[in-house]
Amino acid sequence: MLTYDSVQELIEQATLSGKTIYQIVLEDQSIVLECPIEVLIEKMEKNLKVMEEAIDEGTTSMLKSASGLSGGDAFRLKRALNDGKTVGGTVLDNVLIKALALAETNACMGRIVAAPTAGSCGIIPAVLLTIQENRNIPRSRIVMSMFTAAGIGMVIARRASISGAEGGCQAECGSASAMAAAALVEMMGGTPEMAGHACAIALKTTLGLVCDPVAGLVEVPCIKRNAMGAANALVAADLALSGIKSVIPVDEVIDAMKSVGKLMHPSLKETAEAGLAATPTARKLASEIYCSSS
Amino acid sequence: MNVFDIIGPVMVGPSSSHTAGAVRIGRIARFLLNEEPLNVRIVFHGSFAKTYKGHGTDRAILAGLLGMLPDDRRIKDSLTFANNMGMSYSFATADLGDVHPNTVLISLKGKSGRELEILGSSIGGGRIIINKINGLEVNFRGEGHTLVVFHNDMPGAVAAVTHILARGCINIAQMKVSRSCRGGKAIMIIETDQLIDNELMMSIRSINCVTFAVVVPSE
Repeated sequence: MLTYDSVQELIEQATLSGKTIYQIVLEDQSIVLECPIEVLIEKMEKNLKVMEEAIDEGTTSMLKSASGLSGGDAFRLKRALNDGKTVGGTVLDNVLIKALALAETNACMGRIVAAPTAGSCGIIPAVLLTIQENRNIPRSRIVMSMFTAAGIGMVIARRASISGAEGGCQAECGSASAMAAAALVEMMGGTPEMAGHACAIALKTTLGLVCDPVAGLVEVPCIKRNAMGAANALVAADLALSGIKSVIPVDEVIDAMKSVGKLMHPSLKETAEAGLAATPTARKLASEIYCSSS
Repeated sequence: MNVFDIIGPVMVGPSSSHTAGAVRIGRIARFLLNEEPLNVRIVFHGSFAKTYKGHGTDRAILAGLLGMLPDDRRIKDSLTFANNMGMSYSFATADLGDVHPNTVLISLKGKSGRELEILGSSIGGGRIIINKINGLEVNFRGEGHTLVVFHNDMPGAVAAVTHILARGCINIAQMKVSRSCRGGKAIMIIETDQLIDNELMMSIRSINCVTFAVVVPSE
C-alpha cells in the first residue's frame, strides 16, 4: 500500500512496475476503500460531470455574486476570444475561460468540486478539459489523470498543507496548479518522473503566494488566481514534457512550500488583514459589503 | 484521507474550509447531541472569526446542525430554516488559544435539555477534526463511521464495548479513550468499518458505566 508520504514514492512505485501514477493510485485506493476500480472511476466521472456543469453555469450567462464583487468574467473573456480581441491563443484562452467560470460559480454559491479546495476549484478541470477537447483525447483518460492529481494532492496535504489559512494561496492555487500540471503530463503520455517535475515546477513558480482575500471573500483575487494557476500548470507541463527538470527535487519543493507557509505572517493567511485585503479600495469595499448585509 | 477528499467534495461554495468543512462540523455536532438543538451558541476563532460573514460560515454551521450535507443548495438559507424551526442561535468571536486558525466552539442545548460542547477545526479541503467534546480531547475526523461513547472511567469499560462490537462483526479502524481524571468522566471514540445497527447500540447503551452512546455515520 502507498503511504503518500512523498511524490518520489509514487514515481518509484509507478516506474518499478512500469505503470503510471494514476494506475498505482487507483489500485491502492481500491484496496484502501474496499471498492472495485470501476466504481472509483465511476465516482470520479461524476465529479467531472459536476465540474462540467459548473463551467456551463459560469460561461453561458453573466453571473453576479451576492457581494457584487465578482461575476461575468468568464463570459467576457469568451466573447473577447470569439471577437478575436485576445492574444493568448485558443488553448490558453479556453483554459482561462473555464478556470474563471468555475471560480465564479463557486463565488456565487453554486455547486462545484473542491480540487483540492473550493477556492482553487477552477484550475484542474480547466486545464484537463481544455487539453482533452483540443487534442481529442478520450474522456476516460481525463478521468484517469484526475487520479494522478489526487495522488499528488494527497502527498502535498500530508507533507505540507492545502489550506490557505495554514499556508497561504501557494497551498491552495499553488497546490492545484502542481496537481493539474502533473495530471496533464500523464494525460499527455509523459512519464511519472516528468509528472513529478511538472508538479515541482508549478509549485516553485507559485511559492510565497499569500492569501489576502478582499473582505474575506473567495472572490478577489481568488477568481483571477484560478486563471493564473491554470496558465501556470500549462507552463509547468510543457517544460516537463520537453524533458526540462526541476533542480530541486519535488518533495523538497513541497517541504519548502510548507516552511514558507509557516513563516508567512498570519495577516497574509486568509484573515483579510494584509496584502490586497488591506488596500484602501479593499477596505472601502469591505465596509460597503458589511454595511449593506447587516 | 483518500482521493475523494482531494478531488472532492462536491459542495456549494464559496470555501471548502469555511463553508463545506463548517457544514461537516455542524452535522457531527447534531449527531452527537442526538436530538433537535434548540439553543445554539457558536464562537468563531482565528480566520473563522475574521471572515465568517463573507464565507457564510455562520450559515454553514447552522445548515450542518439542521442535518444538511455540504452539497445542499439550501445552505445559504439556513438562517431562515433555523428561525422557522424555532432554533435560537448566536454568533460570537473569541481567541480560543493555541488551536487551528479555522476553529469553532459550538455549545448546544437540545429539546430534552441535553447539553453538549464541541470544539472543531476545519483543516483544509473540507476535511475537519473534532478536537474536544465537553472539554475532553477526542481528535477524530469523522471520515468513517464513528461511535462515541460517554462513560465513567473504570476497568472493563473498553472491553465491554469492544466485546459487543466483536459480537456484531464490527471491525475497529481506530480508537481513542480520554478522561477528565482517574475514575472521572470519559469518552471513547471508535471509528468502525461497518455501520453499527440499533440493536448493538442498545446493548452498548445498557452497559453499566455507559452514560450515553451515539454513532456519527459517514456521509
